[in-house]
Amino acid sequence: MATAAHDTATVAVERALRGRRADWRGIAFQAALLATLVTALVILSILIGDVVREGMPVFRERGSDFLTGNLSSFAFRAGVWQGIVGSLSMMIFVVLLAFPLGIGAAVYIEEYARDTRLTRLINANIRNLAGVPSIVYGLLGLAIFVKALGSVTGPGVSGRSLISAGLTLAVMVLPIVIITSAEALRAVPGSIREAGYGVGATRWEVIRSHVLPYAAPGILTGTVLSLARAMGETAPLILVGATTGFLGTNAGFFQSLQERFTALPIIIFRWASLPDERFRALTAAAIMVLLSVLLLMNSVAIVLRNRYDRRW
Amino acid sequence: MERRLSSPAIDLSGSPARHRRERVIRGLFFGAAAFSVVISAAIVLSLAGRAISFAIDVDPAALWSDGWFPRRGLYDLRTIVGGTLAVTLISMLVATPLGLGAAIYLSEYAGPRARRWLKPVIEILAGIPSVVMGFFALAVVAPGLVQRVWSAAPLFTLMAAGIAVGILVTPLVASIAEDAMHAVPGSLREASVGLGARRMTTSLRVVFPAALSGIVAALIVGISRAIGETMVVAMAAGGTGGAQGFGLLHPGQTMTGAMASLATGSDQVKGAALTFEALFFVGMLLFLITFALNVLSERFVRRFRNRY
Repeated sequence: MATAAHDTATVAVERALRGRRADWRGIAFQAALLATLVTALVILSILIGDVVREGMPVFRERGSDFLTGNLSSFAFRAGVWQGIVGSLSMMIFVVLLAFPLGIGAAVYIEEYARDTRLTRLINANIRNLAGVPSIVYGLLGLAIFVKALGSVTGPGVSGRSLISAGLTLAVMVLPIVIITSAEALRAVPGSIREAGYGVGATRWEVIRSHVLPYAAPGILTGTVLSLARAMGETAPLILVGATTGFLGTNAGFFQSLQERFTALPIIIFRWASLPDERFRALTAAAIMVLLSVLLLMNSVAIVLRNRYDRRW
Repeated sequence: MERRLSSPAIDLSGSPARHRRERVIRGLFFGAAAFSVVISAAIVLSLAGRAISFAIDVDPAALWSDGWFPRRGLYDLRTIVGGTLAVTLISMLVATPLGLGAAIYLSEYAGPRARRWLKPVIEILAGIPSVVMGFFALAVVAPGLVQRVWSAAPLFTLMAAGIAVGILVTPLVASIAEDAMHAVPGSLREASVGLGARRMTTSLRVVFPAALSGIVAALIVGISRAIGETMVVAMAAGGTGGAQGFGLLHPGQTMTGAMASLATGSDQVKGAALTFEALFFVGMLLFLITFALNVLSERFVRRFRNRY
C-alpha cells in the first residue's frame, strides 16, 4: 500500500517536473540553428551540382582529351593540360621552400624560443601575415620577384615566369604552414621531451627523435591543407602575370621555369570571363578538375588527422 | 679532502662538437622564424615606395572625382572604398547569421556523431577556392537569386558578389566562433542547467556572452577576409568604376577588383604613367586596413584565451 502511494507521488512529481509543455521557442531556435547548417549544405550541393551539370557534357564528349589538350581560343579543342602542369610545378616551390622554412620556424617558436620581446614580435608578426589578403602577396611578388629580380627569375619574359609565381605562392602559404605546424608541436606533451632529456639527449636530438615524429601527422595535415590553399589561389598569380596566351617553346622543365606560365585557377578565371557560351561548359569542366584535386588533398588531410589523432 | 681534490675532475660540459652542432641547428631554426619578419618588411617596403610616389605625383583632385577610371587619370577613392564597404556589408549580413548559427549548433547542440558529419560540410566549404565561388556567383547567385528577387538587376552586381563573398567567409566565421564557444568551460553550462535554464537560454545567455570576445574576433576576421577577397569581386561585380552612387544592384568596383583589373591590363595603357603606381597605392591601403583589423581581432582573441 505504502509503495503504491509512493509510486503515484513519484509519477506526479516527475510529470510536474518534465511536463508536457513543449518548449516551442527552444525548438524553433534549434531548428533555426540547424537551418544555417542545412543552408551551408544546400549551397555546397547546388555549387557542386551546377558545376557537374554544366561541366559533365565536356567530359562526355571529349573524354580525356580535355585533360590532355593545350590552351586554345577554339572551344572544341581547348584543354587544361598546361594549367595542371603549371599548378603542379608551382607546388614544387611550395613544398621545397615553404614546408622546410615553415616547419623550421614552428620548431624555433615552440621548442627553442623563450618568452622574450623578440619572440612575441615574431609570433604576432606571423599571425598578422596569415591575415594579409592574398592579392597583397601578389603585389609583393610583382615588386620583388618580377620587377627587382626579373633578370634572374625570367630574363626572357620580364620576370613574369613560373619561378616568380611559385616563389610568391610559397611566401603566401608560409605563415599558414608555421601556424599549423606550431599547433601540432604544441600538442606533443612535455613528458615526451623530458624522457629524451632524461637519457642525455640534446635539444636537437630530442626534437628529431621524439617531438617531430609525434607531431608529424599534425604537421602533414597542415602542410597538405596549405598546399591545397596554394593550389586554388588565383589573385596573386594574376598580379605576377599569369597568362592564358602563348606559353613559350617547350624546351624542357628547367627552361620552362623561366617562361610564361599559367595555372588551373587562372584558366578558370579567364574562361569564365569569355563571352563565348561554349567556354562556360569548359569553365565548369576545369572547375571539376580543380575541385577533384583539392577534394582529394583535403580528404587525405582529414584521413591523416582522424587516423593519427592521439589523445595524451 | 685532499684525496677528493686530487681525483680527476669530471668534465660535464659535454663534447664541444655536439655543442657546436646544437648552436648551428638552433641558428638555422631561428633563421627560419626570422624570415617571417623579413617577409613583413618586404611587403611594407615593396608597397610603400610606389604607393608614396603615387600619392606625391597624383593630382589630389583626381582622388575625389567622378569615378575610378585609371585610363583617364581619375582615381576616385570613394568609388572603390564605397564598393568594398558595400560588398563587405552584404557579405557579413550573409556570413554573420550563417556562421554564428552553425557555430552555436556545432558547439552546443550537436552530439559527437552529428559533429562528425556536419563539421566536414563547413570544412569542404572552407576549401572551395575563390575563383570557383566567383563562377558560382555568376552562374547561380546572380541569375538564380539576385535577378529573381530584383528583376531589373543586371547580371553583374555588387549584391551578387557580396552574397558570394559572404558564403566564402561563412566557414571562417563559423570555425573561429565555434573555437571560442568550445573554450567556455563546461562548469558554466552545468551551473546554468543546474539552475533550471533550458539549452537555448544556456547557449544565448551564458555561453554566448562568455565567448563574446572570440565571437567578435571571428566577425572581425570575417570582415578582414571579405575586404581582401579578390576573385569573386573581379568576376561578379562587373568592374566598372563609374560613379553610380553606391547602388547595390549596380555593377561596381572594389579596391581588390580595381587592383585585379589594373594588373590584368584591362585598365593599363602604355604611357599612362601612374596606373602601375596606383596598383601599389590601393594595395597599401588594403594592407593597412586589413592589418588594423587583424590587430584588433588579435586583441579580442587574447581576451577570451586569457580568461579560460
